Amino acid sequence: MATIDLNDDSAVVVIGSGAGGGTLANELCQKGIKTVLLEAGSMESTESFVNDEWAAFGQLSWLDMRTTSGDWRVAKDFPNLPAWICKTVGGSTTHWAGASLRIQEHEFKALTTYGEIEGATLMDWPIGLSDLEPYYAKAEDKMGVTRTNGIPGLPGNNNFMAMYAGATKLGYENCHTGNMAINSRPRNGRTSCQQLGFCFQGCKMGAKWSTLYTEIPDADATGNLDLRAGAQVLQLQHGDDGKVNGVLYADKDGNQSLQKARVVCVAGNSIETPRLLLNSASSMYSDGMANSSGQVGKNYMRHMTGSVYAAFDKPVRMWRGTTMAGIITDESKHDTSRGFAGGYEMETLSLGLPFMAAFLDPGAWGRDFTRKMDEYQNMAGMWLVGEDMPQESNAITLHESEKDAFGMPVPNVEFSDHPNDIAMREHAFTQGSEVYMAAGAKEAYRVPPYPSTHNLGTCRMSEKAADGVCNKWGQTHDIANLFISDGSQFTTGAAENPTLTIVSLAIRQADQIAKLMTEKSI
Amino acid sequence: MQQTVVFSRRKFLKTGTGVLVGSLAFSLGSVSTPAVGDTWKLSLESLDSDTGKALLKVARHIFPHDTLDDAVYALVVKDLDGAAADAAVAGMLSDGVAQLNDDAGGNWLEASDEDQLKLLTARADGPMFGKVKGTAVVSLYNNEMAWEHFGYEGASFDKGGYINRGFQDLEWLPQPSESASPPKA
Ligand SMILES: Cc1cc2nc3c(=O)[nH]c(=O)nc-3n(C[C@H](O)[C@H](O)[C@H](O)COP(=O)(O)OP(=O)(O)OC[C@H]3O[C@@H](n4cnc5c(N)ncnc54)[C@H](O)[C@@H]3O)c2cc1C
Ligand code: SF4
Repeated sequence: MATIDLNDDSAVVVIGSGAGGGTLANELCQKGIKTVLLEAGSMESTESFVNDEWAAFGQLSWLDMRTTSGDWRVAKDFPNLPAWICKTVGGSTTHWAGASLRIQEHEFKALTTYGEIEGATLMDWPIGLSDLEPYYAKAEDKMGVTRTNGIPGLPGNNNFMAMYAGATKLGYENCHTGNMAINSRPRNGRTSCQQLGFCFQGCKMGAKWSTLYTEIPDADATGNLDLRAGAQVLQLQHGDDGKVNGVLYADKDGNQSLQKARVVCVAGNSIETPRLLLNSASSMYSDGMANSSGQVGKNYMRHMTGSVYAAFDKPVRMWRGTTMAGIITDESKHDTSRGFAGGYEMETLSLGLPFMAAFLDPGAWGRDFTRKMDEYQNMAGMWLVGEDMPQESNAITLHESEKDAFGMPVPNVEFSDHPNDIAMREHAFTQGSEVYMAAGAKEAYRVPPYPSTHNLGTCRMSEKAADGVCNKWGQTHDIANLFISDGSQFTTGAAENPTLTIVSLAIRQADQIAKLMTEKSI
Repeated sequence: MQQTVVFSRRKFLKTGTGVLVGSLAFSLGSVSTPAVGDTWKLSLESLDSDTGKALLKVARHIFPHDTLDDAVYALVVKDLDGAAADAAVAGMLSDGVAQLNDDAGGNWLEASDEDQLKLLTARADGPMFGKVKGTAVVSLYNNEMAWEHFGYEGASFDKGGYINRGFQDLEWLPQPSESASPPKA
């Protein structure tokens, strides 16, 4: 591990060690660039992960207070837990299921493809699929995505068999065990999946890609990385020239330090990234940093989601094996005859008994609830994930009075569904239920969205500075040496799970940062 | 204050001995299971025994699983008792129970199951109900006895995962094609 002096102003500082930040830090280190990686959470390992849902939740999740508003049901059921994401070295890549899909060509051109939709702030991305293709290829290789690079698909578990049986009966043509960043064969020094079934709790085999045990140790091996865990950045600072020149952070005991920087890259996930920019207001940047457009924190997206669990008359035991074990992609197209713009994916999902109780129908009680719980071992389940509409009013803001342990205002997450989201969810619930009924289920249950696992769009990329926060490289329009390096960059959400795109953008951004540093323009 | 509630087991847990008794003692600490006999005890630190008994029944009404043993519901009471170390919580819980007793014109526990539920439902917006529900939705389903009851097998790391232990053993559904679901390595 390198030790970079607090006053060394030649290094790049990356904030957050998840999919975006962990990857970016490694890519920079591989190019010989000295990098300080600041991570608010602590360091765990495959040994310390616990295969127990609530215990792992306590170990890995971001549990600092957040508040919610808007008409989404999460605000009522989980008022202080709008998002289910992590605070630990590796970020939410410790938790994630591993589904790794490319965004489709037409989804990069959302406005052109869907046209103006009332109430939605749709835009085209300033990049298209062809810009990202080489980086998608690099990311898939790095992450070991199944069904790419000659890597075989994973074997399907019982939960997949239930989905597959229904999908084929309904005439869906694209149902398989997915493109997963989970080793189906040993690869890159990591073993293959043993079907433990606790992908959301930290993979104890290390078979699932996580920056914790891939990018970060690789970066460390270069001698260019200074990783500081338990370091929560509170504020970005700038000089008279308006450029960022350092970041103020607190260690876990609350001691504050100022780390100087040549370049700063923010990858705290789409709630913390805008929170940090907004909390960095100064006399020069009175609305927060990189916010001349007023778009910081706006257009918060979380994907249209929902789940269908169905009870069969015999045990399925969906918990055995990979949490996300298969996919139906037929509905991910854009086809307005269904009554909405954009598309969605159907992906198997299993919850253990403890989480099933918490999420099946939050707040419910009595016989109708327990009757469903009694079917637990007979259940199969899928998650529905689709493109939601960006809306300016869905936003991250700083709470007026609530503060965290370090005195930083807590973020409020405002979200309400757009009518397009509601129409899509209705369609997805219907189709998901049909899949299981076709496979012979007795009953299908519609399960409302969980706290957000995909958080996107709060510092979006735009061609013009007036429309968004950063350009096609994630470089902020306002401040040349400040970059957005996580899913906050997404101009629109697309139907696909976002992480492969976050990683691809990070690899691409590292190339650009290196180029600009060599040119001495940053 | 240490109060002890003695419950009689309507039926001992499925496997009868060993494992579940062990896990009960293990996960509860203060619940002691007699080696022989059909009663077990729940020691309460903060709540009195009548409140504890009533809360167990409240939890049963909120999440009724007829064949789930009282011992599992006792875990909810145990966690409520823990929370009741805070005097405000203790007061709120015992007030809630006192309210039910008032509503029942004496002892709510002596009312019929049907009447108990009716009276409890009328108080479903109250803080005691909310606290028991919020605690039970975690405690009731987050223990090995419940896992055994519902057939959930939980962690598999120590056993080498499910890869050789039935992760694809459904014989009553068609086998997916090899391209959809390739064979395991
Ligand atoms: C249960 C679950 C399942 C998922 N499954 C999938 C899937 O199958 N496919 C998929 O594509 N995606 C999935 N995701 C989403 C995926 O995890 C995220 O898209 C991805 O990890 C986001 O990357 P990120 O870099 O933006 O943020 P994260 O990975 O969340 O990392 C952000 C890091 O920044 C740190 N941080 C935040 N603020 C600060 C600060 N001020 N100072 C220092 N550090 C800070 C946080 O502690 C955190 O470690 C899943 C997520 C969850 C929770
Ligand atoms: S199922 Fe596979 S990927 Fe998931 S935790 Fe287990 S070994 Fe890891």
